[in-house]
Amino acid sequence: MSDDSVRNFSINFGPQHPAAHGVLRLVLELDGEIVERVDPHIGLLHRGTEKLMEARTYQQNVPYFDRLDYVAPMNQEHAFCLAIEKLLQVEVPYRAQLIRVLFSEIGRLLSHLLNVTTQAMDVGALTPPLWGFEEREKLMVFYERASGARMHANYFRPGGVARDCPPELIEDIGKFCDPFLKVCDDLTALFLDNRIFKQRNVDIGVVSLEDCWKWGFSGVMVRGSGAAWDLRKSQPYECYEEMEFDIPVGRHGDNYDRQVIRMEEMRQSVRIMKQCVERLMSPQGQGPIAATDNKIVAPHRPQMKRSMESLIHHFKLFTEGFHVPAGEVYAAVEAPKGEFGVYLVADGTNKPYRCKIRAPGFAHLQAMDFMCRKHMLADVSAVLGSLDIVFGEVDR
Amino acid sequence: MMDETLKSLGDSIAAALPGAVERAYVDFGELNIVAEASRIVEVLTHLRDAPDCLFVNLTDITAVDYPSREKRFDIVYHALSPRHNHRIRVKAAVAEDEAIASAIPVWPAANWFERETYDMYGVLFADHPDLRRLLTDYGFEGHPLRKDFPMTGYVEVRYDDAQKRVVYEPVKLTQEFRQFDFLSPWEGQPDYVLPGDEKAK
Repeated sequence: MSDDSVRNFSINFGPQHPAAHGVLRLVLELDGEIVERVDPHIGLLHRGTEKLMEARTYQQNVPYFDRLDYVAPMNQEHAFCLAIEKLLQVEVPYRAQLIRVLFSEIGRLLSHLLNVTTQAMDVGALTPPLWGFEEREKLMVFYERASGARMHANYFRPGGVARDCPPELIEDIGKFCDPFLKVCDDLTALFLDNRIFKQRNVDIGVVSLEDCWKWGFSGVMVRGSGAAWDLRKSQPYECYEEMEFDIPVGRHGDNYDRQVIRMEEMRQSVRIMKQCVERLMSPQGQGPIAATDNKIVAPHRPQMKRSMESLIHHFKLFTEGFHVPAGEVYAAVEAPKGEFGVYLVADGTNKPYRCKIRAPGFAHLQAMDFMCRKHMLADVSAVLGSLDIVFGEVDR
Repeated sequence: MMDETLKSLGDSIAAALPGAVERAYVDFGELNIVAEASRIVEVLTHLRDAPDCLFVNLTDITAVDYPSREKRFDIVYHALSPRHNHRIRVKAAVAEDEAIASAIPVWPAANWFERETYDMYGVLFADHPDLRRLLTDYGFEGHPLRKDFPMTGYVEVRYDDAQKRVVYEPVKLTQEFRQFDFLSPWEGQPDYVLPGDEKAK
């Protein structure tokens, strides 16, 4: 066969493909089964969040963050609240910080459980997602008991959290921790040590640390390539400084290392959760769950029935909302998928002038092209799974 | 103190790039650099390579629209230095019909961030290899995050059963989106003259 009768094939992967983790259209250029070029077409889930936010008050904007990375909703709210608090210069009470950290770690479990187990499904194992979703269900019940909603919680508020966690809930979260470690061991035995899982993931999608930084990676992606970089340690926010936990770091920067890190991070999250539960039960963890400044945080409902001033505050906060002094800040949290940041420009009114949402998945997905080149077609879904993409946050 | 370190870092960057950096200041504990748009690549390269900077990680590129200004857009770069554990924000103003050099030679990650900024604001990035729209629909017109673009947009889509395809139609709202003006004339607007106040002088 002469050379000119050989030609490259272009195929569409998605927009509806089970391994695309949502609505992603990848235009793949193939030479036989070797991937020559990947052109991701995104935006199929674009809802114009940033535009909508410019027309709504700060308080009304919090629920939009649940709908970004809908796998770990509260972590997103957290970044937005931190940005507002930075502008307002409000102190968050200790108990609220503990509750926030507790639920951020629950979010991390939710996200990692989904990603690790469905990535196993992408490479051929059907059982892990079922095991993972069973645990996710329990965690979503905790979400529901705290906020009233299983997913779109709207629980973190500028200045604190929406309402207090009942002691029974905190107790139950404490009881969840130890059995969950057993589930982690089971999941490890189920697929992390599995031969096929290793064949499909070891030495696939290798990224060097230098490339990681250049491509704007964060979170597990840089840790997989050997950097002990975690915003919870390096730029601590809330009460992470006093929590004891370790940062797992990979050596090879391949798919397998990233999944092992996610698995280990779940164990570390449980460690943090235990410390939070212990502190929330102790006397030092009692107290208000939101800032006491009623110009920002709405008064309690019973108060509103008896006090004229509370009623006025309530009315003003839920119609006009609070005004945020002019300025611009960038606040970032270590979300399960990497660095989730909010760049907020305030002009002194009750609505953000500009709010840019910096999603970790966006930077990771654009590296698909350079990560998948010269890989086999079947590796595309394995690499995509290990990037941990959720389209809610990529498309915004 | 963190602010002091950032302040001196900002001053040293401004000193290393005379003319290219207009101003360096620390606000809310964050370092801001206002740069000349025509020399942006030089500034960003310095930030990446200078030993006291080493901002090797690009966090974000975006724009902010100020329609009343002569140079309408602020292009905003966020970068992170994992070595020194610092963040930086670089701002450069460009007019609507002006292009700014692409940051891809500095950080390849700039590619999609610039495509998104182009898509949302219509800012042109010179020498960008692939400046297509990113997030909006195929064949979309306009730049949605500009302040003069209405929040409800211009067209809506629906599936037309007769034509067996998706059709685009002008937006029809049964009720106008309600925007209340909460800006009280008593606060926040020092230049607002209350009716009758002129008599007091």
